[in-house]
Amino acid sequence: MSNNGSNGVLDSKIPSGSVDRKWEDYKAHINLINPANKRKYSIIIVGTGLAGGAAAATLAELGYHVKVFCYQDSPRRAHSIAAQGGINAAKNYQNDGDSVFRLFYDTVKGGDFRSREANVHRLSEVSAAIIDQCVAQGVPFAREYGGTLSNRSFGGAQVSRTFYARGQTGQQLMLGAYSAMMRQVGLGTVEMIPRTEMLEVVLVDGHAKGIITRDLATGEIQRHAADTVVLATGGYGNAYYLSTNAKGCNVTATYRAYKKGAFFANPCFTQIHPTCIPISGDYQSKLTLMSESLRNDGRVWVPKKVGETRAPGQIPEDERDYYLERKYPSYGNLAPRDISSRSAKEVCDEGRGVGPSGLGVYLDFEDAIQRLGETTIRERYGNLFDIYEKITGDNAYSVPMRIYPAVHYTMGGLWVDYNLMSNIPGLHVIGEANFSDHGANRLGASALMQGLADGYFVLPYTIGVYLADHGKEKVSTDHPEFEKAETETRDRIKKLLSINGSRTVDSFHRELGHLLWDYCGMSRNEKGLQTALEKLPALREEFWSNVRVLGENENLNQSLEKAGRVADFLEFGEIMCHDALDRKESCGAHFREESQTPEGEAQRIDDDYSYVSAWQYTGENSPPKLHKEPLEFDAVKPATRSYK
Amino acid sequence: MNLLNLTLHVWRQKSPNAEGRMETYPAKEIPESASFLEMLDIVNERLIEEGTEPIAFDSDCREGICGVCSLVINGIAHGPQRGTTACQLHMRHFKDGDEIYIEPWRSQPFPVVKDLISDRGALDRIMASGGFVSVRTGAAPDGNAIPIPKERSDLAMDAAQCIGCGACVAACKNASAMLFTAAKVSQLALLPQGKAEKDRRVLSMVRQMDKEGFGNCTNQYECEAVCPKEISASFISRMNRDYAVASVKETLGLL
Repeated sequence: MSNNGSNGVLDSKIPSGSVDRKWEDYKAHINLINPANKRKYSIIIVGTGLAGGAAAATLAELGYHVKVFCYQDSPRRAHSIAAQGGINAAKNYQNDGDSVFRLFYDTVKGGDFRSREANVHRLSEVSAAIIDQCVAQGVPFAREYGGTLSNRSFGGAQVSRTFYARGQTGQQLMLGAYSAMMRQVGLGTVEMIPRTEMLEVVLVDGHAKGIITRDLATGEIQRHAADTVVLATGGYGNAYYLSTNAKGCNVTATYRAYKKGAFFANPCFTQIHPTCIPISGDYQSKLTLMSESLRNDGRVWVPKKVGETRAPGQIPEDERDYYLERKYPSYGNLAPRDISSRSAKEVCDEGRGVGPSGLGVYLDFEDAIQRLGETTIRERYGNLFDIYEKITGDNAYSVPMRIYPAVHYTMGGLWVDYNLMSNIPGLHVIGEANFSDHGANRLGASALMQGLADGYFVLPYTIGVYLADHGKEKVSTDHPEFEKAETETRDRIKKLLSINGSRTVDSFHRELGHLLWDYCGMSRNEKGLQTALEKLPALREEFWSNVRVLGENENLNQSLEKAGRVADFLEFGEIMCHDALDRKESCGAHFREESQTPEGEAQRIDDDYSYVSAWQYTGENSPPKLHKEPLEFDAVKPATRSYK
Repeated sequence: MNLLNLTLHVWRQKSPNAEGRMETYPAKEIPESASFLEMLDIVNERLIEEGTEPIAFDSDCREGICGVCSLVINGIAHGPQRGTTACQLHMRHFKDGDEIYIEPWRSQPFPVVKDLISDRGALDRIMASGGFVSVRTGAAPDGNAIPIPKERSDLAMDAAQCIGCGACVAACKNASAMLFTAAKVSQLALLPQGKAEKDRRVLSMVRQMDKEGFGNCTNQYECEAVCPKEISASFISRMNRDYAVASVKETLGLL
């Protein structure tokens, strides 16, 4: 395999010129739409998180007619709300040497050189304006006594560039975008349709011109037409069943688009966050993240002995293995997310894990409490210790926390060009739902930055490029393509309700989750991935013949909602495995056991795998087709990440 | 692991206009480490296996921040633990043999959609009426151009933590949404960015609140007691003062 594997299908439309001039030049030369004409164009946005909410507000301010959908009962509940830590921006308020270039470089390096330079540079360029915008909206960021904005440091960076609002940064930014959007709802320029799920994208003459939705309260199937469609539907971490995502997060919108021809990029890049509360039983419904900042003062360890039964306090110092400090003396407990997660898995696989399930490691604050006093630790992490106690019933001031890695964020997503448009003309994809900016691993505090960048400052420019060329081709919902898509949707629902088998939807979802976690989780190998690819079709077949969905379509029916989502996850899981199988290198969050250094570290293979994998749907029971977009690095030189 | 055997009394209502009733279900062998919603998941899996439609309830983030979960547990919105959403409540707070009553938010402006799910669209409409700063994307000055004293910013943050769950309404005998509305009004009124529209905002949001059918505040502080984010009822007094000032200005034609 070589770098020039591109077959010409993928045109990333990256502007020419040096990386720091591309966005400015692009903006200076794109076609604009006259303000008076903007109201003649309609835009559908699916999803109301940071990306969708910000885009809806901004596009409506520009004068477009915007129709927004979310599955939640209110747009304010999208899962961006749960982000804790902060948002990066190259403001250099700390005078510590930050710059657009440095943020760009850190992000490309953090992504293990598997993202597009041009997109990441643009992200860094607009990052500062995001902070200004949010402050103007009344987002109460943390401040210093002098009244200026406060910053904290975060993983993967040597400067202090993270803005935050207590431990609820995502919530505050999300409510800022939501209130900007609700202002437009009040003005009548945004039509907000909550508790409604998109089930199909409608293509007319190859262009995305509408969607089919189901009203989750009444079951009504509806058609909606527009001049362009924007998907802002988040990531697919719930394929694993257990993740830090909200229960409703799903792949349906992006997967339905994939089945209509949109390419899915890098689906195997899933970030496993190292510090989550471990699983306590098979009834567990989700995993809760504990902020990474805890690793600043907590020490990670497991017993040296396999099958240790003593309580942590009774295990003497010389019988403990502080494995991160041992293996990565220079970074120690602050080793990056992917490395920390894999190391936890290794020690648990050796039988040295702690807690009832054996899938946990200690995060111990005893030394920090002795050194700094309990008061200081309480000031720094009090709210996190409280969350931990609510969930586990343990007091982490007296016994060590138990943590374990959990699926958190998905770097993969629908393939998009520089305009954030997929290979389906008129179908735009923003935020976590696209693949564009984080490569193989996302740095902390960068998800919020990307969601808002796409919504406030990128899409509002790039969407005009499509509309100026194709916005005049109006379609109505009477078009036969709408008829066809609606019929397909209805048939699928009918089928799910008529199977009446013996297993619940959740039982299938759990089994899928186990399969993906075991074979396409923190570390992957060829044999395991092939096993998964053998088992997945059988599971899918059983689902379609033995799932039990009670109730009817014409009513609120949560089993039916879940069944549709799980059906898509069951197919999507295979693409994840195909992608992981194809990529025989280790990079970022993707660790292939066959590709490691003699010391057991990830081995990237730039000569063979410096590309974006874009998968094309080829039909039922037929493997997806791989297209490659070669990655070119002009401004930065790919180097090995070392944390020894 | 300790297991609990419980009896649930749950509000079942097929659709908005259907008649509802309390139904009794056993909840056997519930691990005490499970969350309250996981307990309902376990019961629902068993109901489906028996061929009974599962209990519909709203949940999403399950970590206390999205604000969608909305259960009245043994008569208390979000249940017995203070400063906690229903999804953060764990079964270790219950005893073997307990009878647990589970009902939806009950107040006229929040009609029941099904079982334990109610429609809180009224809160979004209050937000659309004025819960924002009117600033276009791109029109913002530098983030540090306006210094804001830390104490003021922190107080705004205390109010801004509201998750919009509506427990304040559910707990209030008047079904008042004053705490919800006051939290947003105060957050924005406290900050210099929100000053320009301060009067218009409070008038408009309070009027929308009344229009939706929410009642008035009679200082019972039930809202503060059940608020999962422990937002202080003193924001209501703050809003009342802002409202009074704005009303006078309006009467005098100064707005």
